[in-house]
Amino acid sequence: MSFSEWLDFFLPYVPGFLHASWLVLVLTVLVILVSWACGLVVALGKASQIGVIRQASVFYIWFVRGTPALIQIFIVYFGLPQLGLGLSPFVAGVLALGINSGAYVAEIIRSGLSAIPKGQVESSLALGMSRSETMRRIVLPQVVRIILPAITNEAISTLKNTSLLSTITVVELTLYAQTIIATTFRPFEFYAATAVIYLVMTTMLSQVAAMLERYNARYV
Amino acid sequence: MAAAPTPSAPTSPAPLLRIRELRKSFGAHEVLKDISLEVHAGEVVSIIGASGSGKSTFLRCINVMEMPDGGLLDFEDAHFDFAPGARGRPTPAQLRALRARIGMVFQSYNLWPHMSVLENVIEAPMRVKGVPRAEAVALAEGLLERIGLADKRGAYPSRLSGGQQQRVAIVRALAMKPRLMLFDEVTSALDPELVGEVLALMASLAKEGMTMLLVTHEIGFAREVSTRTVFFDQGRIAEDGPPREVLYRPASERLQQFLKRVLHEHVAGPTGEAP
Repeated sequence: MSFSEWLDFFLPYVPGFLHASWLVLVLTVLVILVSWACGLVVALGKASQIGVIRQASVFYIWFVRGTPALIQIFIVYFGLPQLGLGLSPFVAGVLALGINSGAYVAEIIRSGLSAIPKGQVESSLALGMSRSETMRRIVLPQVVRIILPAITNEAISTLKNTSLLSTITVVELTLYAQTIIATTFRPFEFYAATAVIYLVMTTMLSQVAAMLERYNARYV
Repeated sequence: MAAAPTPSAPTSPAPLLRIRELRKSFGAHEVLKDISLEVHAGEVVSIIGASGSGKSTFLRCINVMEMPDGGLLDFEDAHFDFAPGARGRPTPAQLRALRARIGMVFQSYNLWPHMSVLENVIEAPMRVKGVPRAEAVALAEGLLERIGLADKRGAYPSRLSGGQQQRVAIVRALAMKPRLMLFDEVTSALDPELVGEVLALMASLAKEGMTMLLVTHEIGFAREVSTRTVFFDQGRIAEDGPPREVLYRPASERLQQFLKRVLHEHVAGPTGEAP
């Protein structure tokens, strides 16, 4: 095939690919937000004084990290309707992946919190600052710097994991490619193109993280 | 007036800080056993004693970084009773108000690494006392000027030497305009050649009349600068008096042994206390 033939071949599918890629980005952002919320709650829960909360947090992390993401997605999308909770594929997907990633985020946040020397909190409290001011002004800014590399990795995993949602009829990039291939019988070209698009998106993500990391390293 | 009279405290009307029968245990280990101490405005009290004698814990009980198990604390308008279930136990808001008036400096400086020197100094006055930013900056600049670090205002703590960091930590506490300053072995983590600049700053504060409590291993400094020396032994105050008296004519054999050991270490080189 010459280049112009290639172009003619792909061109009709470009808008569809762009749309599917946009959906991947939207899914990723929503899943990350859910996972950070879950992660923060569970990380603090694991350090809680209250036994039940601590045990629930430990169970959550144990269950989520010990079972496949695909099964978790199936439980939420196919299983919950049996219990009277029917969710759209999109909502079920965001929820399932968010809960999944949240367990990993919780462990990352916990390790970040434990890396802050006790003296940082003490010097703040000794000046009369409240616990919440100390958390917000002194502890969390330092935690963010420490966990940024791990959080970036987790975000990249999340982006790639959105492809699992092709199994519950969310027409994101992977399912879109599959539908084209079903009519064109060109799996190599279209799966390769799909891989390149994922690669572009994950590369962009790590570039942003590298920039943030450089900015955060200014005081080290 | 006091249930437990403090030996040889200068007799002026009302002490700035009054502590009675303070007790603190960690698990089964009783660290402080009925400590009573009165400190008057302008006094510079050095606290000496072997490692594990409770002197640092005592200092940390004064601003309630450690919650005592019992005893009374009076500081200006704050009156606390630490007995379990007592009505006088401090609320979080009362603790913040107390700590805002008592400065504390730690062995390991504990400057906040993500903030510049200036930001470290203005943070608490702005957050805790609601001082407007311009005013807090002016105050901080004056204090940094005084310690010769005005040109470092924009630098991050990691760019400063240990001695510079510790002096900024002192200034950070001073920016709250405290009525009392607590120094917890503030020169122990410093290289020997940097100890002098920190001690000089503390000496100048003492000369200005700042009320200070300092846990220290610098016997020479305690002798020259403090108005009073307290010797802690096994969770009790074993001796209390003018530094020259306590240090030159120690009454107890424990203090004699302690001084011999510490002064010997001074001659031998390392001033640090064995862990």
